[in-house]
Amino acid sequence: MPKFLTSINAISWYFLFPVIFIHFFVVAFPSILSLLLCLTDWNGFGRINYVGLENFQELFRDRVFKKAVKHNIIWTVMFLTIPVIVALVIAYLLTGIKRGQLFYRLVYFFPYILASIVNCLIWRYIFHPRHGLGGWFENQGIDFLAKSPFAMKETALYAVAWVDMWHFWGFLVIIYLTGMYQVDDSLYEAADIEGATKFQKFRYITLPMIRPIFVLSLIIIIIWSVPTFDYVYILTMGGPAYSSEVVANHLYSQAFQRMNVGYASTIGVMMFFYVGIIVGFFAILRRMGWEV
Amino acid sequence: MATARFRQRSSYINHAILIFMASTIILPLLVLAFNSIKPSSEFGANPLGFPNEIRLMNYYDAWVNGNYTQIFTNSLTLVIGTLILNLTVSGLAAFSLAVLNPKGIQTIVVGLYLLVGISIPAQLFILPLFLMWKTLYLLDTRIGLIIIYSALNAPFATFLIRSYMLQLPTELFEAAKLDGASVMQLFTRVALPLSWPVFLTTALIVSLTVWNEFLFAITFIITDEYKPISSILFTFQSRFANDYGLVSAASILMAAPIAILFMFFQRRFIAGLTSGATKG
Repeated sequence: MPKFLTSINAISWYFLFPVIFIHFFVVAFPSILSLLLCLTDWNGFGRINYVGLENFQELFRDRVFKKAVKHNIIWTVMFLTIPVIVALVIAYLLTGIKRGQLFYRLVYFFPYILASIVNCLIWRYIFHPRHGLGGWFENQGIDFLAKSPFAMKETALYAVAWVDMWHFWGFLVIIYLTGMYQVDDSLYEAADIEGATKFQKFRYITLPMIRPIFVLSLIIIIIWSVPTFDYVYILTMGGPAYSSEVVANHLYSQAFQRMNVGYASTIGVMMFFYVGIIVGFFAILRRMGWEV
Repeated sequence: MATARFRQRSSYINHAILIFMASTIILPLLVLAFNSIKPSSEFGANPLGFPNEIRLMNYYDAWVNGNYTQIFTNSLTLVIGTLILNLTVSGLAAFSLAVLNPKGIQTIVVGLYLLVGISIPAQLFILPLFLMWKTLYLLDTRIGLIIIYSALNAPFATFLIRSYMLQLPTELFEAAKLDGASVMQLFTRVALPLSWPVFLTTALIVSLTVWNEFLFAITFIITDEYKPISSILFTFQSRFANDYGLVSAASILMAAPIAILFMFFQRRFIAGLTSGATKG
């Protein structure tokens, strides 16, 4: 065999080949196809016509898409606040106790390992108007939760987000806890001597010290909020009347119910660009020497 | 003394808050457990409490009416198939990146490629992939889904295994090379036996994601006979919409294997899942 085929450099490529091949085949190649198909009006069979940026123009006129984007923004803001605050407080409280810590950590983390479909079934039952909490209140003579929050326009999106947050916040607790345990104890001791309160210690020691991991968690939340799909699709299918429609669900119905290949690809491309901008933004911040 | 007593009281408050938050997780799970052994006649009068009459037949019904033997086999096939394919390709790649040529151009190129791969939302490629799979006759087959799952988990697995292999002492590989070991033997005889802990962690996380996966499962498997547990449970909730006992029992049957694994390997699960997020 020629030498250049057996050099360590060549061999290391052979070892990398399978993973590149399979990943290219499943992810990269269809992604490129999507980037091309978004310029066409293809419907899955028949002729493929080039239509330029028409799909994008249509997308910006699409009422449902606009609604979905709005809901995705609300979703992201909710996830950036409620679970983050709860997890920070709980993680901070956990660092202060010794007995039962493992128990708490396991319980908080547990929903995170459960399948989305199982979590959804639990909460669909609890929010069921006749059974679940609604039925329980009715038996006590109180007319509360008499309608499922998933079935009401005003609450559907928030109810779905609630279920997803219920499943997610324990994950953040573990992440923040890892960061908090890396904080040097002597800092707290010094603060104790100065007579700092618990809140002051949190605000002026813990928070600045865990900033890298904290910022990272925010990036993760922003990126993971974009393709959010399971909980919406299982619990409401985006309804009622598109009141809980999110972008991924809109794409899914365009793609697999209406077979609007070109149009669905356009939505996918928009999501990809958005994620790309977020990742790029933080990469630049990091380059500029921001400790994120 | 005074501060000690103050500490004690504040720790009671801490525990009270922590227990309250734990109960928001435990109570819904308990409701599910109660429902799974509740006869359907009792749901109206006793929606949330412990059943007056325990009916374990719900599990039998779920298993038989739901054809669970078949479904479990399907999910297990997907998990095992994905583990074999994914760990092979990821292990080879991690070995190359960590041991063979850690400073080469490959590490930068492939590392960057996989990093971009992680941040691509599945929705960008799912439809073209669906059409590709249709033309390749991979649609509606378990092997087709195994290939997809292996690819989707490959970046995470490669990074995780690589970070562990980087810590292996290079002297071991040098010594084996002097003894005349080939590159493949370096992998199978030296790297693999030493890095089994990371392979175990990766295998657990991959099993978890495959078992729970929903989007690709409902999209790529159409025939009921081949459906894994997550997408069957989705059809259950409409098919047996009013039989909450049966649906709850079916959910618990789905969650049980994961919960048991979690009890045994909680540290690995937590470390694997959080490092996947914080390092990737």
